[in-house]
Amino acid sequence: MGYMLEIQNIHKTFNPGTINEKVALNGVNLNLNPGDFLTIIGGNGAGKSTTLNAIAGTWPVDDGKIIVDGVDITRLSEHKRAAYLGRVFQDPMTGTAATMSIQENMAIAARRGERRGLGWGITKKEREHYKELLKELGLGLEDRLTTKVGLLSGGQRQAITLLMASLKKPKLLLLDEHTAALDPKTAAKVLEISDKIIQENQLTAMMVTHNMKDAIAHGNRLIMMHEGHIIYDVAGEEKKNLKVSDLLKKFEEASGGEFANDRMILS
Amino acid sequence: MIMTYFSSLNPMSLVRALPGNVAQGIIWGIMAIGVYITYRILDFADLTVDGSLATGGAVAVMLIRGGMDPTVALVFAFAAGMLAGLATGLLHTALGIPGILASILTQISLYSVNLGIMGKSNQAINVGQYKLFASLRYVTGDNSLLFFAKLILFCLVLIAIIYWFFGTELGSSIRATGCNQQMARAQGINTSFNKVLALMISNGLVGLCGGIYAQYQGAADVNMGRGAIVIGLAAVIISEVLFGKLYAGRKFAFAYTLGAVILGAIIYYIVIALVLWLKMPSDYMKLFSAVVVACFLAVPYLKETYFKKRRTV
Repeated sequence: MGYMLEIQNIHKTFNPGTINEKVALNGVNLNLNPGDFLTIIGGNGAGKSTTLNAIAGTWPVDDGKIIVDGVDITRLSEHKRAAYLGRVFQDPMTGTAATMSIQENMAIAARRGERRGLGWGITKKEREHYKELLKELGLGLEDRLTTKVGLLSGGQRQAITLLMASLKKPKLLLLDEHTAALDPKTAAKVLEISDKIIQENQLTAMMVTHNMKDAIAHGNRLIMMHEGHIIYDVAGEEKKNLKVSDLLKKFEEASGGEFANDRMILS
Repeated sequence: MIMTYFSSLNPMSLVRALPGNVAQGIIWGIMAIGVYITYRILDFADLTVDGSLATGGAVAVMLIRGGMDPTVALVFAFAAGMLAGLATGLLHTALGIPGILASILTQISLYSVNLGIMGKSNQAINVGQYKLFASLRYVTGDNSLLFFAKLILFCLVLIAIIYWFFGTELGSSIRATGCNQQMARAQGINTSFNKVLALMISNGLVGLCGGIYAQYQGAADVNMGRGAIVIGLAAVIISEVLFGKLYAGRKFAFAYTLGAVILGAIIYYIVIALVLWLKMPSDYMKLFSAVVVACFLAVPYLKETYFKKRRTV
């Protein structure tokens, strides 16, 4: 079986030729097998979120190739490659449409990658299905199908965004620091839901995080990024036995003695 | 002084003027629904309206003068408005011009286009000569009730169609585009296409309104759309301030919203009639309209800051 994701030597420089020039991605290479759950750590500006945005097509990359399940998506527009991708963002506001109801948001997500025609935007059968799925979240949202998403808490919105990302099974699930804006208790709950959704749907996933403990505890593979490329890649048993102190040491080696960035959560 | 002013006001003249203002309000309500689609659903301040209204009127009048059935001519007025929306949409999405500027560019160029369509600055149609869809004459005529029934029915059908459309997969994706573009794109929605489509539908309605209004007043004029956006916004905002709470969260809320927008336009024209009846010089009407809109736009903001202050104290 081939790779689910192949990233071949991608480069991205923001504001080239200006005083604000910033090399964000400097030759990233990465292959993911189907079912892999990769966590990505690194300091500020290391290129973690930039890598996810490159895959999602927020802007075109300068060089390199991105292949999802054998399809070269490097030149596809953001909305076209959405057919292959499920995405959850750092800001809970980003993933949902605030003025639309829970069920409308879900119905839109259920049609990701399909032609949207003049059929009803949501059917009765769908509603029942959504109710079941919301019930499994255990957040009491199953009786609030017609509530506007804007009235929900950040954690509830992230949980719904996760559900939305998996309604239409994606080839790749991109989680971009999706618990960073939540309080610790809610963050733990959203992570638990993430694990459950990834396992039940057997998804291939990438999760960016600042929390090294989370990065070790979740997924089957871990990479560390620094200055636009991958400096450490670990999987399987070796990853399971990792400790935060190991990661810190790696990070110090790579960054030439600098201590871990203050945004890295060490506990 | 004041006594002579009040005694000079004749209540009957206001009563006589009202049916005409109501008819005008219903017709302009169609344009206001167009404004609602861009301003509220798409979150796009579209000034194309001032030009596309006259385009609809010009197209309808010239086709009627050329022998076309006045009702059929409205289909072309709608299509002409859609083309205007297409122009703004492409300027914005394909050429990357900021929305408000793109719409101003279209609006200005439509002035020339409208002159070109009509050949001169205005063209009249005689109500006696054609079987017009709407006319000032019908308001005072024998069948005035029938005329109003027809206008209202026409609006209800329009509302039903728009309600249906924005409930479809495509319509929902337009609402998502207006609410959160990033979310829309992540869900595979072509936001550029949706923006162009919504602008076309909106300006189609505006062109349709122009076609009906030109028939109503018996002429199309290059300046007939000047300030139309302000009237549209006034109708939308009046409807939200006065009726917003009544249907929030109800079933069919969106249909009520659209109906309320038309009511908002009617109220706007009744207020205008009232102000004119109080002998305010008609030269100041545009200033007055702008002030009314500014006040209503400020209401939600002032309310919020006022309540916030109370809470923190």
